[in-house]
Amino acid sequence: MSTIGYSNWAVDLAEVSAVYPFHGGSIAGVSSEVIMVVIGVAFWLLWHVCQLKEEQEEIDYEVNHENRDENIRQSLERY
Amino acid sequence: MDSNIAALTTIFVEFYFWVAIVIMFLIHVGFCMYEVGAARRRNHRHTLMKNTMLIPLVTVTFFFFGWWIYWAVPNGPGFTGGILWDDAAPNAPWSKNMGANISDRSTGAFWGAFLLFSWTAASIVSGSLLERIRSGAFWIHAVLIGSVFLLIGEAWGWHYGGWMVQLLGYHDAYASGVIHALAGGYALGVLVVLGPRLGKFAEDGTPRDIMPHNPWLVTIGLFLIYTGFWGFYAACNVPIIDPEGIGGQITGITWTATNIYGGPTSLSAITFNFLMSLSGGLLVGYMVSKGDSFWTYSGGLAGLITASAGNDLYHPIQAMLIGGIGTYFAYKLHHWVERTFKIDDAVGAVAVHGYSGFIGIVICGFMLWGAPSSPFEDYAAINPLGQFVGAIIVFVVLGFIPAFIVSKIMAGLGVLRVPPEVELLGLDFRESEAYDNAVADVKAAEAAKAAKARSPQQ
Repeated sequence: MSTIGYSNWAVDLAEVSAVYPFHGGSIAGVSSEVIMVVIGVAFWLLWHVCQLKEEQEEIDYEVNHENRDENIRQSLERY
Repeated sequence: MDSNIAALTTIFVEFYFWVAIVIMFLIHVGFCMYEVGAARRRNHRHTLMKNTMLIPLVTVTFFFFGWWIYWAVPNGPGFTGGILWDDAAPNAPWSKNMGANISDRSTGAFWGAFLLFSWTAASIVSGSLLERIRSGAFWIHAVLIGSVFLLIGEAWGWHYGGWMVQLLGYHDAYASGVIHALAGGYALGVLVVLGPRLGKFAEDGTPRDIMPHNPWLVTIGLFLIYTGFWGFYAACNVPIIDPEGIGGQITGITWTATNIYGGPTSLSAITFNFLMSLSGGLLVGYMVSKGDSFWTYSGGLAGLITASAGNDLYHPIQAMLIGGIGTYFAYKLHHWVERTFKIDDAVGAVAVHGYSGFIGIVICGFMLWGAPSSPFEDYAAINPLGQFVGAIIVFVVLGFIPAFIVSKIMAGLGVLRVPPEVELLGLDFRESEAYDNAVADVKAAEAAKAAKARSPQQ
């Protein structure tokens, strides 16, 4: 039992193709490659959701800062 | 080289490693920039020299005994056999192979590639100890990690005949453990004895951020380390070899690239996985640090280091997710260890290299469970327990413990840390004073000349 489908290298490499873990597997007829792509895409989209939320928090903090006007003056001076 | 194909293969392999060494030089350029950027102005010269002078010190000691150790101790000795005197003999400093020799075109190129791995390990330790360790103490540590302990770890777990590979099924294709976890563990061992920088912790134990004097130099330095890492990955592979040359179980006549154990892989595989694990680390590093540039770049590195153990065989999406997981835990562990144990790791190297390397080794045991650790017969297969034991060996046994013992001895002799007044003045005080005096002297001389030049007209 090996996650890559080979438990030793006593093979002719001319007959070997994919060697990554879980290649060729499937769950409910969906290949492991498609499942990995779905997970990867979900991770990517989740990143955007989290990033937009985090950026909004930062912008809210800056806009609502108690010394906002003084901070703007200092920032313009600092260039 | 008795045929055209043999000649071409030899020249190609020789040139491949030679180019990889040149690219790996960028790792050290990056480390120097990154450390100087992280240090405060009063410590720049010492910081730069600390990292620069490890180059000659590790190089000469690696020539004298480091390279010999790698070839002598894959068996332990005592686990799978004794010292391999015959294998080590051509790599001893007095061997005819260790010089210009027309019948041996490869030893120097292999020696150089491994040497640069050693510079990297010493440099990883260097950053953690910024602004308070004596240069002399660090350079002794650099020799010990770069030319002794790293080579023992590489012989045990990063050699086609290493006892950890044979008995534990240890797999660490791009050195998550034998370089990064080992160096991270070593840095932690020194830090425990060295103590934090003055002012790092408030009275109630809350850590303060000692900000880098130039965050942009730090990030460019980390970017250069990424670049050099390409050479590192290339140097961990044998670029092309035929099954007969490997000498294991592989049949047929298909030539292949191999990892350091002789197992098949390809440059295509590691290109996918290098970039995807880097990306996973960057994405998570950015989110977990709320866009902090230092930790985002460090996250990229942590992602790459976490996935490195299995990046010869992972799928790119697996590499991305593993890189993200390692980065998350490295970031969280860094701050938890800092708060809980009052450890001042100035650049987060223990986390980025040590914790991610450790985690990467363990994850690899699950992901590649049952896969062959080697093309040779009767080696244990890759498994979670073997990987966990291997991670303990590299992080604790070969990293933390030797560093702790040597640091204790140095502290007892009073040569580990600079006195508090020197730390406050800055390590560069004498040079800064000489610089200021020289500038004042030149300014006074020029002012006198200018006054003299004006006087005839007046």
